[in-house]
Amino acid sequence: MGHLNPNPVLDPTEDKTMVLNMGPQHPSTHGVLRLLLEIDGETIVRMMPDIGFLHTGIEKTCEAKFYQQVVPLTDRIDYLCPMVNNLCYVMAVEKLLGLEIPPRAQWMRVMLAELQRISSHLVWLGTHAMDIGAMSVFLYCFREREDLLRIYEMVSGQRMMTSYFRIGGLALDPPLGFFEKVKKFLDIFPEKVDEYENLLTGNRIFIDRLKGVAQISAEDSLAIGLTGPSLRASGVDFDIRRDMPYCGYENFKFKVPVQKDGDVWSRYLCRVAELRESREIAKQALEGMPSGPTKAEAPKVVLPDREKMKTQMEALIYHFKIVTEGFTVPAGEVYHAIESPRGEMGYYIVSDGTAKPMRVHMRSPSYANLQALPQMCEGRLIADVVAAIGSIDIVLGEIDR
Amino acid sequence: MPLAPAITDLEQLKDRPILADLLTWRDGAVQKARFDRNELTIFVAREAIREACARLKSQGLIDFLSDLTCADFYPREPRFEVAYHLLSIKRKERVRLKVVLSGDDAVMESITPVWPSANFFEREIFDLFGIRFLGHPYLRRIMLPEDWEGYPLRKDYPVEGYR
Repeated sequence: MGHLNPNPVLDPTEDKTMVLNMGPQHPSTHGVLRLLLEIDGETIVRMMPDIGFLHTGIEKTCEAKFYQQVVPLTDRIDYLCPMVNNLCYVMAVEKLLGLEIPPRAQWMRVMLAELQRISSHLVWLGTHAMDIGAMSVFLYCFREREDLLRIYEMVSGQRMMTSYFRIGGLALDPPLGFFEKVKKFLDIFPEKVDEYENLLTGNRIFIDRLKGVAQISAEDSLAIGLTGPSLRASGVDFDIRRDMPYCGYENFKFKVPVQKDGDVWSRYLCRVAELRESREIAKQALEGMPSGPTKAEAPKVVLPDREKMKTQMEALIYHFKIVTEGFTVPAGEVYHAIESPRGEMGYYIVSDGTAKPMRVHMRSPSYANLQALPQMCEGRLIADVVAAIGSIDIVLGEIDR
Repeated sequence: MPLAPAITDLEQLKDRPILADLLTWRDGAVQKARFDRNELTIFVAREAIREACARLKSQGLIDFLSDLTCADFYPREPRFEVAYHLLSIKRKERVRLKVVLSGDDAVMESITPVWPSANFFEREIFDLFGIRFLGHPYLRRIMLPEDWEGYPLRKDYPVEGYR
């Protein structure tokens, strides 16, 4: 075809410019992101992200697994909010199967997804502030994140790779004392957010580094594919949780923080406001938690309880069949999108009627959001790149998959 | 909740604004349509895809490209189905456009002039499926090393790779 670009990745366009390589091992790139910067003095003329260092072929691996075996793989895509990935995948498969989920499982999912949003935003806040030079915020954020990790460990047995949401419901009913622990966290959390804000929101140095930096307009962000808090910071009032509700989000009352300026500072304000809103949603879910089963009534899809397996022949047979040969899913295709802490997380699953998915594609928000980075940074200083990377909150595991 | 059967009759789906607009826009642009599991899929002719996207954008029916990906139906021929997941933020509605490509002629137009966000998505498809997008500003491998041989997400590429 002859249309492949034969040039090296980035060539200086003029005599006075030079190409600077940033990453892949750089503390402020939040993983293994390599950036090629063409600079004129300290001003960036062109920028090109180079990714793929973490590519593990998860999408190909999924095609060789049973539907239920894919759940642990989804944890590893976005390791800062594994349950949100679980949620998106299991909801897509449930849509393929036409499964109804009992209300208690839905409420638990909403509550945990919001706690995950809080812990993911805490990592973002801590690392973003540290990139700018405010070391202490990082320690405060990780203190609260530790509480949350203990909550996940309590409910799923794992701190990070939880795999707690399963196709048809939850892995287990939450243990005794779990809700008290969540309540205790939610009660103290607003004070903690005040604490972070005391450190940052009024801080002159922090404001000077963030305000007016890496601006992007609403039209540009829609064209380049920004989603989530980064899009809302540019003035586009769109949140999938509110506008196209899934998993029972229509039953919760919450505000969607929107800012107008589209700079790093607006993105900061949006996410900090989301910390408080997520706490509101989790609180409503906790207070209105319905009783009842946490698994759908679908013996061919959902693993039976341990007790039933020991007393009922059918349960044992179904358990054996699901584990050894999986369950078949009617042929078809779905695209299911949810609001992850970073933006629109979508799963596109094609089923050919067998027990293994024919194609699983993850639309990861960071992958699309990263494309906006050159537009944000070109024409600005090198120091602003660090602030801009922090502000779009990328996770490289999700970008490279 | 049993699954409702898919609707494939164009007459029954005509009242959906996006499909209605594409049907009146150009003869032969829409090949077929399917409504399954509450999702509308429109199969668009390969030659018309870029202009169809531009049309939907200029009519204000669609304002966002959510996702762009591909599936390989090997050994069926034509084997590739490229899926465009479009979103209307205003009307809170999603639609999927699809283009079917054969294995020996896996070339199509890039939609980067309409939505610049398609840049990375199309590079990913080029990298992992080997589909070429004409008019793409920088069509090179994105996930795999430059000297990688083969296209891993094709069905005739083994999961363990070649050793």
